[in-house]
Order: sequence, then structure tokens, then C-alpha cells
Amino acid sequence: MDKENNKQVKILQGNEAVADGAIAAGCQFFAGYPITPATEIAEVMAQKLPLSGGVFMQMEDEIASVCTVIGASYGGMLACTASSGPGITLMQEGVGYAATVEAPIVIINVMRGGPSTGMPTAAGQQDLYQAKYGSHGDYQIIALMPSSCQEAFELTYKAFELALKYRVPVYVLTDEIIGHTREKVHIPSDLKPVERKKPELTADYKPFEAGPDGLLDGMPAFNEGYKLLLDGQLHKPDGNRAGTLPDVCDSMVRRICNKITDHAKDLYDCEELFLEDAEVVVICFGSPARPAIRAIKELKNEGKKVGCLKIRTIWPFPAEKVKEIAKTAHTLIVPEMNMGQITQEVERAAAGQAHVFSMTLLGGLLHTPQDIMTEIEKRILK
Amino acid sequence: MNPIGEKYLRKSALPSIWCPGCGNGTVLSAALRAIDELEIIDRVGLVGGIGCAGWIPVYINADVMHTLHGRTLPFATGLKMSDPSRKIIVFSGDGDCLGIGGNHFIHSARRNIDITVILVNNQIYGMTGGQVSPCTPLVAKSKTSVFGNPEMPFDSTKIARAAGATYIARWSAGQPRQLTRAIKEAIEHKGFSLVEVLSQCPTQAGRVTHGMADPTKLLNLLRSNTISVKKAEKATAEERAGKMLMGTIFNSDEDVEFSESYKNLVERATGSV
Repeated sequence: MDKENNKQVKILQGNEAVADGAIAAGCQFFAGYPITPATEIAEVMAQKLPLSGGVFMQMEDEIASVCTVIGASYGGMLACTASSGPGITLMQEGVGYAATVEAPIVIINVMRGGPSTGMPTAAGQQDLYQAKYGSHGDYQIIALMPSSCQEAFELTYKAFELALKYRVPVYVLTDEIIGHTREKVHIPSDLKPVERKKPELTADYKPFEAGPDGLLDGMPAFNEGYKLLLDGQLHKPDGNRAGTLPDVCDSMVRRICNKITDHAKDLYDCEELFLEDAEVVVICFGSPARPAIRAIKELKNEGKKVGCLKIRTIWPFPAEKVKEIAKTAHTLIVPEMNMGQITQEVERAAAGQAHVFSMTLLGGLLHTPQDIMTEIEKRILK
Repeated sequence: MNPIGEKYLRKSALPSIWCPGCGNGTVLSAALRAIDELEIIDRVGLVGGIGCAGWIPVYINADVMHTLHGRTLPFATGLKMSDPSRKIIVFSGDGDCLGIGGNHFIHSARRNIDITVILVNNQIYGMTGGQVSPCTPLVAKSKTSVFGNPEMPFDSTKIARAAGATYIARWSAGQPRQLTRAIKEAIEHKGFSLVEVLSQCPTQAGRVTHGMADPTKLLNLLRSNTISVKKAEKATAEERAGKMLMGTIFNSDEDVEFSESYKNLVERATGSV
């Protein structure tokens, strides 16, 4: 224990840091299914949850895992599940249901190379669009991307706060590299579990009647007197199915989307590095943020006008910030371990104001600082 | 409205989506009577699947989850394990429970988790317009078994027994008293309990399979393919052939229930035993 800073310091694997972050947030329920490279999260939960009266269940598959987690969430516990690509794919019907009944659940995706069973033991960032668009229909989620074990802990804790505040499924998107890297993690010793506020129980309580900000008040549970009616079918504020009432269905879908996108500024979570006079800016997130920041610092030391935007909340995407950067920087570089998913978001936000270059990388590899430095230097001279 | 309905129905959800002559109303009524007699309305968690039977809990003024197709039991498991004092009742049809939800059904039975499944078996996918289900009899016609079903049907009670369920009963929608008693027993039973209800579907099974829509005749047809548990004990193999058992088929408290077993795990983990 580091007494001066009131912090505990541990050496944790990313997957362990995620599990510890969840437990620190007050997660009492975990349901999952073994899958590489996420299994250690379930193993830690199986070890630790029973010690504090929590529930760990290994389910028959990932569909059951996510549905059980939603049941536990409305049952009164903070709940999460963890998996990787193929398992997250199976969970998608549950994600859509959770978004529709506004269940605050947390899903950790330790991303591996895809598609299909892909590369079970190697890292990837190919599931970013899946996180946002994986289930059918229009809805919104929140997704956080750590790039270190420290952030894996912090962002998993934060995921529970956001899930409760916005009543929405929140993804923590790590990858095989972070999941299996061991690093120092500083844990504040006065960290308290996230508070689950109960809605006021009035005579005409309507579980899906939102405030002017589109958000629901608190999080009710079964057998507390609310007489909840939860339905994956589009519903009226009282929970009854809307059937084909166009106005009710229209406003419900708009609200569950807008309650996230309208709060994009509140959800903004980026690290800004040397942006003041940067002509070339690297936009990074997750594992590639590590070599990217190293590259930026080295070039800055050499006096180059370079900067970096490291994104921690990837969805909703910080488009406003990228737009602002594109006004002053002439080039944006996006290193990502996929075919350029976030590059498309950056291009859309930059809207032609800056050149956008994608550094796509597949095969389970991570960009080296040298790769990124070379790319930046090529663009500085442009 | 009768006093039970007055007391427990979620009036804002009415009228129901069901066709005239459907057996789901009888199942709803039996479930409400059981809940009333046990005085547990504030302690129940009701879970419905997709299909006609999945709507039954929606009409009950209690805490209700109308879920995804086939996934009733995982949702129910989360509700049960987050507070084992709850009484969890699942309403599901034959397609929902045994088709798309078959894997969850056998694993929930294996865990012997204290959940009551009321499986309304009308031997057809009714809501989508009369397609073949896992319980449609061999050679029976449906919209997707136009020349007669080439597949053998499931017997849910046999699956449940083999998988580890500890209370198993089958009645029909034509036996509301026996059904109410069975639902009560199932709710009070500590462990995974299954009450299958053979139920008439005049609109789809009636029209498509049997060429008639008379609910009474359809019920009698369903019941003619059954044999009571008592009669079956003395019956010859020939007399039993092709007949489904009717009555309380299995009732045992030998196996540990899952939430109890989990409590034991917590005690082992924390060293309090």
C-alpha cells in the first residue's frame, strides 16, 4: 500500500484488472462461457464473487450468459459478462433486448482477430462496428477502450457508472494484448461501489417515462413494488407494447438513440497530447495508442509539430473534437488493428478539412513506434 | 370480470392478443388461481417467451419480463439467482421452449434451479401462422409440413426427466382444476418444475392440421392421445403405445436445488463450513 497517495499498487494482467474493476464498482453477478482470450475474467470472477456473496455462473452458451445478466440486472444486482468475438456475436440478440428494456449491463469484449473463429490467441480491433451496430434495429450503446491495465481497471469501473446513469449496455473493448499484459495498476483504496439509485415509487409510476434529457430516473428491480412490465417489443412509457402506433414507436426509438448521442459531450473521454500547434495528429485508441504515444513523444522531442488524440470513449465517437482538430492540423493518421473502421468515422468528422490516412494492420500484430514515426514523417514533408 | 381477474389482471394490457377458443386463457386463469391461493403475487417474477403462450404473464399485474424467443430460462435464472427468495414462473410454448430454447431447457433442468416452467403445448407455431413445431405429431400437416410431418415429436416430460427436472406434470387446457393444483405444486416444489399443458389452437392447428376449429373437439382429440399416470402403471405396452402420460409424472426432493447448492458453494468458499 502506497500510504502517501492512499493507493494500492498491484501487478495485474489486463483481464484481472477488468475483473477487479468490475468488483470495485459493485458488480455482484457474472455469467459467462469460456473463450480465449477472455477466459481469465471468468476465472477471477469464479474465485472472487462467492467470497463477497456474489454470484458466478458458467452458462451453457453466450446467449444464455447475456440474458442471465439482464435478468440479474433487473433482479437487483450489478451484472456483467465477458467474452470475445464469436461469443459477442452470439450475445447480440441480448444486446438489442437490453438496449430496448434499458437494462444497465456491462459487456467486456477481449477482442481477438476475426472474422468467424478467426485468430483465437491474437489481438484485433475488428469488433468496433459490431459493438455499435451488432444487433438489429436502431439503438445506441456506449463503448470504452482501455490501452493499459490501469485503464482496463478504471474504464470497467466507469462502465458500470455509465450503464446505470444512461440505462444502456456498455461495452469495455480490450484486446488480447491488454488482456494478457501484466502491468502496474494503482487502485485508490477509498474507491466506493457505484450507487444504484431507486426510482421514486409513485401511484402512476411508469418505468419508461424519461425526463427532459431522455434519461430514466434510477434503476428499479423486481419485487420492489414497481410492477414492472418489460418488453423487447416497442412499448409505451408504462411498458405496454405499442403495437403499430407510429408516434409511440418513433419517439421510443429516437429516445433510446438520442439519450446517448445527445450526451456525446458528457461522454467525451480523450487524452489530448501536444494538440496546440500540431500539423499532424495521430488519432488512436486501445493497444495501438501505446506505440502511437511513444512515436509522438519522440518526434515532439525532435521539434516536430505533431500531436495525438487518444480516445477512451470510442462510442459515441468524439466527432466534434476530431472536427475541431481538422481545422488546424493538415493530416490525421489513424493506426488501427482492422480494415479502417474508425478511419471512416474520422473521415466523416474531418469532412475534407484534413487529409486522413489509415494505418490498417491485421494478422494479430501491433504497430511499432517506428511504423508510426515513419508514417508521420512521410506526412510531415507533404 | 371475476374477482381473481379484477385483483390480478394488468388491465392496461387488455384485450389479449389471443383468438377465440384458445387454451391460453385457461392457463392464465389457472396460474392466477395458483398465485392467489399461495398469496405470492408480490414475490413472483414472471417471464414470458415469444409466441402466443409467451404473452400470458404480460396480462398479470406483477413484475414481468416479456423476453426473447427461446431465452426465457436464462432471464429467469438471472432473476432467481439475484434473489433466491423469488418465485419464478416461466410461460413458454412448445416452439419457444423446446425448439429455439431447447438447450436452455435441458441445462436449467440439469441445474435443478427452482423455476416453474408452464409449457403450453399446442403442437404448432401458432403466432406465425401454423408451421411445424418440435411437438407436431408425425405425419401431421402444417404450413411447413404440407405433406405430413416427416419428423418425430419431442416429449417434454421425458427430456425434463432425463435432464434432471424434479417435478414434472402434464395436464390439458380442458382440466383447469388439475392444472391449477399442478401449478401450485410446481411453484411450491423446490427445484426445476415443468407443467406441460396440452392446449388447443383452433386457428392454426385446428384449421391447418385437423381441418376443424371446434375447441372442445380439438381438446378431446389431444386428450385421446394421452393415458393417465395411474392407468399407465397397469397398462400393457400395446395400450401405452404412442400415448403421452397425463398427471403428475415425477416428483422428487432428492436432488439439491441450484440456489441451495450455490449457497453451499459460498459457505465452502468463505470457509464457514
